[in-house]
Amino acid sequence: MVAILAPSFGLFIVLRRLSLIADTLSHVALMGVAIGFVTSIYPTFVALIATTLSAAGIEQLRSRGRLPGDAALAIFLYSSLAIAVIIISKSSGFNADLFGYLFGTVLSINDRDLWLIGILLVVVILFVASFYGELTQSAFDQDLAHVSGVRVTATNLALAILTGATVTASMRVVGVLMVGALIVIPVLAALRLATGFRTALLLAIGFGLLSVWVGLAVAFYADLAAGGAIVLTTVFMLALAEVIGRIRDYIGSRRGKPAAGWPALPEAGDSVPSAHPETGTDQG
Amino acid sequence: MEDVSFQVRQGDFAAILGPNGSGKTTLLRLALGLLKPTRGSVELFGESSARFRDWSRVGYVPQRVDGIGTRFPATVEEIVEQGLYRGFDPLAIFRKHGRKEVLEALDVAGISHLRKRPIESLSVGQRQRALIARAIVGQPDLLFLDEPVSGVDAVGRDRFHELISSLNREHGMTVFLISHDIGAVMQGATVCACINRTVVFHGPPHRITGEHLSELYGFPVDVLLHDSIHEHR
Repeated sequence: MVAILAPSFGLFIVLRRLSLIADTLSHVALMGVAIGFVTSIYPTFVALIATTLSAAGIEQLRSRGRLPGDAALAIFLYSSLAIAVIIISKSSGFNADLFGYLFGTVLSINDRDLWLIGILLVVVILFVASFYGELTQSAFDQDLAHVSGVRVTATNLALAILTGATVTASMRVVGVLMVGALIVIPVLAALRLATGFRTALLLAIGFGLLSVWVGLAVAFYADLAAGGAIVLTTVFMLALAEVIGRIRDYIGSRRGKPAAGWPALPEAGDSVPSAHPETGTDQG
Repeated sequence: MEDVSFQVRQGDFAAILGPNGSGKTTLLRLALGLLKPTRGSVELFGESSARFRDWSRVGYVPQRVDGIGTRFPATVEEIVEQGLYRGFDPLAIFRKHGRKEVLEALDVAGISHLRKRPIESLSVGQRQRALIARAIVGQPDLLFLDEPVSGVDAVGRDRFHELISSLNREHGMTVFLISHDIGAVMQGATVCACINRTVVFHGPPHRITGEHLSELYGFPVDVLLHDSIHEHR
C-alpha cells in the first residue's frame, strides 16, 4: 500500500525540487515517535501531529520568503533530530520498539497501523486524482498557476501536510530513516522514462510497487532487513530505468528521433543552445 | 520603483522598455497581483489585482518557468491544456487529449508538429512558443509577456513579434509586453512606457527620441531605425 502511496505524492514533491522535505519530515516524525514513547501516547499519532504542524510551518516560512526553502528544512530537520536524541537519551535508551520505528518492521505490523495506512492511501489517491490539475500546474510554475486561477498557497499547504502524513505512515514499513527513498527514488526512475504526466505518475507507482515486492522477496530469502532491501531495490530500479532509457534513446537516435530528456539541437530562431535555458542574451 | 502611474487600454499593444534591473518585471508582477504595491493601487479590468479572480481573461508568458530542468514529464500538448483551467475539476485526470482549442493554439503558435513531444526536449524558442500557446488557448482578452525573446536570435525574434502583433491586431488581444529590445516596440506597439525605476516616457513609440533613451539607459544613445533585417556594409 505504501508503495502506491509514496510515489503518487512524491512526483509533485520531486518536480517542485522539494525532495529533501521527505527527509526533514521523517526526522520530525522521529521526534514525534520519541515524544510518544515518553508520554505513552500512541507514537504514530504524535508523529502525525508533529509532521502536520511542521509541514505547515515549513510551507509558511518558505512561501513568505523569510528563508530559502532548504534553510527552512535544515532548521526543522536538525532541531527535531536534536529533540529526539535528547528524549531518547533521557529515557531508558533504545529498545526493540523504537528500533522498529527507526528501521521498519514491515513483517510485524499491527492492525491499527494497517488501518491508518489504508485510510491515508485512499485519501492520497483521491487527493491526487481530484486535484490533478492544481497539482500539475503548481509543479510546472507557481506564478503561472496563480495567473491561471489555481489556489497555489492552499495546494502547497495540502501537499506539505499530506507529505507529513505519508511520511508518518511509511515509517512502519521502511522506517523513519528511509522514508524519503520511497517518495523520491521511484519517481526519479519514472521521470527518466516517462513521456506525459499521467504516464509518469503510473510509472512512479509501478516502480514503487515493484521495488517493494522484489525488495521483500530478497529480504525474505537472503534474511536481510526488509527496509534496507526495499530501498536498495529502488536504487536498483533507478539504474535499470537509466539503462532502459539509454537503450531507448539509442534506438530512437538510429531512427532519427531526438532523445527524450536531452536538449534538442539549436535551430534557426535560437541563439542559445537549450542546454542552458536560463541564459539570456543581454542587450540592456 | 517610485511614482509609477499609467493605464493600458483595451486593444493597446503596450511595450515596456528598460534596462535590466529597472523594475519592468516588478511592474508585471504588480499588474498580475503577484506583488502588492507599498503605496497606491493596481487594477486589472477595474478590480484590484490582488483580489482579481477572473483569470480566464488573462494570459501570461513568463520569462522562466520553475519546472523546466526537473525532467518535467509533460508533453507540449499537456502544457497547453493547462491554459484551459477553469477551476476545480475532479475528473481532469481522465480527460482526453486532442481538444480543438489546443490544436488551434498550437497552430497559431506554429508548433503543431511538436504536440506530442516532451516539453523539456524543446529548444528555448520552441518552448517560448509552447508557453504562448498555453497563454492564448483560452482566448484571453489580455496577454502579458515577459521578455519572450531573450535567448532567441534576430530571425526568430522577428517571427515572434509578428506573431504577437497579429494576436493584437487580428485576434483583438490587449498586449502588455516587456522587452529590452527596442525593435520589437517599433514593430507593433501602440503605446510604449520606458521604465527605469520610474516612468521616463509614456506614449506612442514614434515619439521616442534619443534623449528619452539616453535618460532610460543612462548613457548617450543614437537611434537608427531599420525596417527589416539586413546586413551593414
